[in-house]
Amino acid sequence: MHRFANPARFLRIARAVTPWLVLPGLLITAAALYVGLFASPPDYRQGDSVRIMYVHVPAAWLGSGGYLGLAVASLTALVWRHPLANVAGRAIALPGALFTAICLVTGSLWGKPTWGTYWVWDARLTSMLVLLFLYLGYLALSAAESDRPEARGAAILSLVGTLNLPIIKYSVEWWNTLHQGPSITVTKNAIAPEMLLPLLLALAGFTLLFGGIVLMRMRTELATTRVAVRSRRLAEAHA
Amino acid sequence: MNHIAFIIPAYVLTVAGLVGLLLHSWLAMRAAERAADEMRKR
Repeated sequence: MHRFANPARFLRIARAVTPWLVLPGLLITAAALYVGLFASPPDYRQGDSVRIMYVHVPAAWLGSGGYLGLAVASLTALVWRHPLANVAGRAIALPGALFTAICLVTGSLWGKPTWGTYWVWDARLTSMLVLLFLYLGYLALSAAESDRPEARGAAILSLVGTLNLPIIKYSVEWWNTLHQGPSITVTKNAIAPEMLLPLLLALAGFTLLFGGIVLMRMRTELATTRVAVRSRRLAEAHA
Repeated sequence: MNHIAFIIPAYVLTVAGLVGLLLHSWLAMRAAERAADEMRKR
């Protein structure tokens, strides 16, 4: 892991990898949305509203998965003082918050025609809303700590927030929720192949784009830091 | 109930959010890396 601790080495790899995430991500996402909107069949019970699943589920996956990535980055920063870990955490937080917000809004838009309401204080919905607040709290704290590199508040908050991840995952099993249980697990799949294809395509496309966005945001922060450091050195040299 | 009235906003919001963040991240990265390159050349 420490092989990538050198920002110059990381940047070389990131520059090579970024287009390989973004361009296939755009193509696969476009294909997924086309198939989801026009080529996949309506569900026999949900009707056409099932098409919202092709954007809702990948957004939920990246909201939760992104938070796990944020927590791993924070743990790496706190324990091993990896120089890129906090950069990675800050780069993950905004796309993670965006996907969580997309998950909540698209879920509400699915809920109205299916359940008859945009929102219920159901365990799954509430725990996803808590996840959004955790992201926003991390973003606010890391912005407040930006001029104090030794500060650890944002990283500690993100670690405490991981308690919410199993609650999100198992909420539909632990409590009697309006939100349906999992349709796909390691051992079972309750989704027809013609619906599974656009869902898997969207999962792959969104994940590639998420990775591309995170790398671009990391590159931005590293370049901004380089400019700040060099400006300070130039100012000191001229003083 | 007309489901299209719910499907279109869901897709528009998702695409707008995704493309917006992608563009913002790309433009910010390009500007920051250009500034870093120019600073290095000084």
